[in-house]
Amino acid sequence: MDIATQSSHAAIDSSLRQKFKDILGIEDLHPATPADVVSGVPPQFVLEPASESQLAAALRLANESKLAVIPRGGGTKLGWGNPPSHADLILSTARLNKILEHAWADLTVTVEAGCTIQTLQQTLAQHGQRLALDPLWPEKAIIGGILSANDSGALRLRFGALRDLIIGVTIALPDGTLASSGGKVVKNVAGYDLPKLVTGAFGTLGVITRAVFRLHPLPRQARSFSISVGNPEEVQKLVLAIQDSKLAHVALQSRFSADAPPFLDILFEGTKAGLDAQSSQLRALWHSRQISEVSSAIWSARQDLWSLSNPEETAIAKISALPTDLAHTIEFLRRAADSTHVRWKSLIYATGLGCLRLEGRPDNLHRVLITLRAGLEKIGGSLVLLHRPTTLPAFDVWGTPGDSLPLMKSVKRQLDPNNILNPGRFLGGI
Amino acid sequence: MDATIFNEFRTIVGERGLISSAEELHTYECDGLTNFRVLPRAVLLPTSTEQVQSILRVCHREKIPFVARGSGTGLSGGALPVENGIVISLARMNRILEVDIPNARVVVEPGVINLDVTGRVQPQEYFYAPDPSSQSVCSIGGNVAENAGGAHCLKYGFTTTHVLGLEVVLPDGSLVHLGGKTLDVPGYDLAGVFVGSEGTLGVATKIILRVVKRPECIRTLLAAFLSTNEAGSAVSGIIAAGMLPAAIEMMDNLAIQAAEAAVHANYPSCGGLLLVELDGPLAEVESLLTHVEEICRSNGAWEIRVAQSDAERALVWKGRKAAFAAVGHISPNYIVQDGVIPRTALPQVMSEIERLSKENGLRVANVFHAGDGNLHPLVLYDRRIPGQEGAALALSMKILELCLAAGGSITGEHGVGEEKKCMMSKMFAEPDLATMKRVRCAFDPLQLSNPTKVFPTPRLCGEKPGEYAPHTLETAGLAERF
Repeated sequence: MDIATQSSHAAIDSSLRQKFKDILGIEDLHPATPADVVSGVPPQFVLEPASESQLAAALRLANESKLAVIPRGGGTKLGWGNPPSHADLILSTARLNKILEHAWADLTVTVEAGCTIQTLQQTLAQHGQRLALDPLWPEKAIIGGILSANDSGALRLRFGALRDLIIGVTIALPDGTLASSGGKVVKNVAGYDLPKLVTGAFGTLGVITRAVFRLHPLPRQARSFSISVGNPEEVQKLVLAIQDSKLAHVALQSRFSADAPPFLDILFEGTKAGLDAQSSQLRALWHSRQISEVSSAIWSARQDLWSLSNPEETAIAKISALPTDLAHTIEFLRRAADSTHVRWKSLIYATGLGCLRLEGRPDNLHRVLITLRAGLEKIGGSLVLLHRPTTLPAFDVWGTPGDSLPLMKSVKRQLDPNNILNPGRFLGGI
Repeated sequence: MDATIFNEFRTIVGERGLISSAEELHTYECDGLTNFRVLPRAVLLPTSTEQVQSILRVCHREKIPFVARGSGTGLSGGALPVENGIVISLARMNRILEVDIPNARVVVEPGVINLDVTGRVQPQEYFYAPDPSSQSVCSIGGNVAENAGGAHCLKYGFTTTHVLGLEVVLPDGSLVHLGGKTLDVPGYDLAGVFVGSEGTLGVATKIILRVVKRPECIRTLLAAFLSTNEAGSAVSGIIAAGMLPAAIEMMDNLAIQAAEAAVHANYPSCGGLLLVELDGPLAEVESLLTHVEEICRSNGAWEIRVAQSDAERALVWKGRKAAFAAVGHISPNYIVQDGVIPRTALPQVMSEIERLSKENGLRVANVFHAGDGNLHPLVLYDRRIPGQEGAALALSMKILELCLAAGGSITGEHGVGEEKKCMMSKMFAEPDLATMKRVRCAFDPLQLSNPTKVFPTPRLCGEKPGEYAPHTLETAGLAERF
């Protein structure tokens, strides 16, 4: 991209190393190991600051030294995005893991970026509350990483995405600025909405150090139902009918695979009386179909797609299309995969977002991905590649940028003029 | 601005699309905040995106500042013209371009009136959830600029929750598409940044909205308490019980008196009135409603009414909707404020407001979105009494400082605009504001789009907000401002 890139990929010399040690107040820097490699690019050192101010100071020094910085949390999604053009430092937020304030009576929480979502949820549950989000690998994934990757699951249909749940953020910018925006109250329109800017920005604008979220009560009761449906057209018809009904479902997903009929799953939450009434309404809507009540395990279907038997012959992608293009998308996928002997599985939420897993030879995976992306982009959708075999032929993770790319680059230049944060990993070379 | 530029503008928008005579320009000299007035050099009324682009290209070339304007109902001076600048009224770009019920999307031009979106999808039993200000008058473009809220955002979210995509003309005249009809369009969430940026980042020319299916049932409960403290405890009880009503509104005694005087809403005379709206599946709502009633009674509610029909609901809401305007019945002049506090700080902030009110000898009526802690204190005064206006303005700012001290915000839905930019540096530290300004520079390096708003400029600090002028629809209880 047209942002100044690092002049050289210089080794970090002893005097610079000493400066980092001074900032972090430690004996020595932790040299990177093979486990720290980011999509094939090895960094030099791993920094683990213990406070926001240490993190900001370390970032500033990296910026002054034009070192490429890869922010890292739990490391669960570190392979997402394009491989970085450089990687000098891993900047870990793992030690910033405190829950700073659970204002349960106000339904908000302030949490540091390095806290795992599981730990957060356990704390919130003590007061019967939750962050209404079901991201991948909750035991390891941390708030900063989940935000940066904009990870969301089935609950999004009812509670919205992270952009709708985050109400405040603090970020460290490459120049060492610690900037906050938003606040601790749910309703607030003072100033620009920077929490939304950094959500899904893949750590390319700043390093998230803390966030404030609005919370929801834990459901009193929940019930899940599942039905087997003949074909994708029928699935789409049912999904649209449910969406157009007065059911107050919380999640609705359809599951497809090459060798089995589709399934449709629906989740209700509420009072016992409400759930009883809704399940009868569902039966009325799905009359003459075999409805089974199922366990909540059904909602881990997205994470289950990630159990990779052979990572070198598997691709996983996030897809987005309009709900009315659901059947079309699956049909498109089926045709592309069948013609190249690629096995596939897919999960599509009623929001039109979905996830798919392709298994086959990398060159065939590549063909399917190209065809499918072209098809989705043509109808206004998108395909973002999340996991790929190391031998997959060149394929940009994000797809074709729209006419707002120059504006996005301009935002990037304003906040990270030296292009040190996750260089080359985001859309359009950002 | 010389005659050639006027001619150029005239060529772009036609004779009918250019207003430049002084008497006609006066219509545009302020918005809903009437004590700030600036006469623009010209008002342009484009009818297409291309015209907006052409106008902004001229502005960019000539470095002419511009202010986009919807219906002019804003309460923070966001649409106040700037010196030597032009106003771009989007009133003639008012077409609903696409209604896509299966995907629950509606695409509109910025001049479309908020309530008309619901009007178009009502036959299919959908609605557009954000219900701000006088929603029968205000425009979607203005809602986008201010990230407008309303009573029902407690459950349904704000304008930003319902905007999926935008077509925006940037201040240099170039056209960009942010977000889209599908979710999670790869790249930065610039639609999220644009919504609520108060017209400082460009001009939205198309907006992709999400509409919502009407719930099976809606119930509105009215409960009378001795004071706002008891009413506030009931609100905490409702939240602690794990409920998320569609709306929770509160009025204090003075606000009730005003509403009664204005529209005879037949409210019980009490110290604190709570209005709770629950919606969803019938069985769910009925069981929760019983629970809400119990919570209200155990917190001392001595009268509870439940509206069953749409007509009864409308009556219950009528007094609340007319509340701002109704204050005109009990005071010659008044100021509307828009602060936010964490809900739990309500009793403490209320007693502080009461203390300030007594100390200053000025009455303060209180109307809140109690569910999300959004306060609308109305400071009553009489301009004819020397010094009272100044004291009222000072008091309204002190109330905002109370909100900040309680960990809240200076605005929940009215925006910063011209009125509260001096308060921004009390809410945010310099690095926070500097970071926002950098984002602004990415969109508008020449600072032509609604300059002088939102961000504090010391030169203008000391100017204070002004009194409230009700819209005629509000006076009649037909529309509301929150």
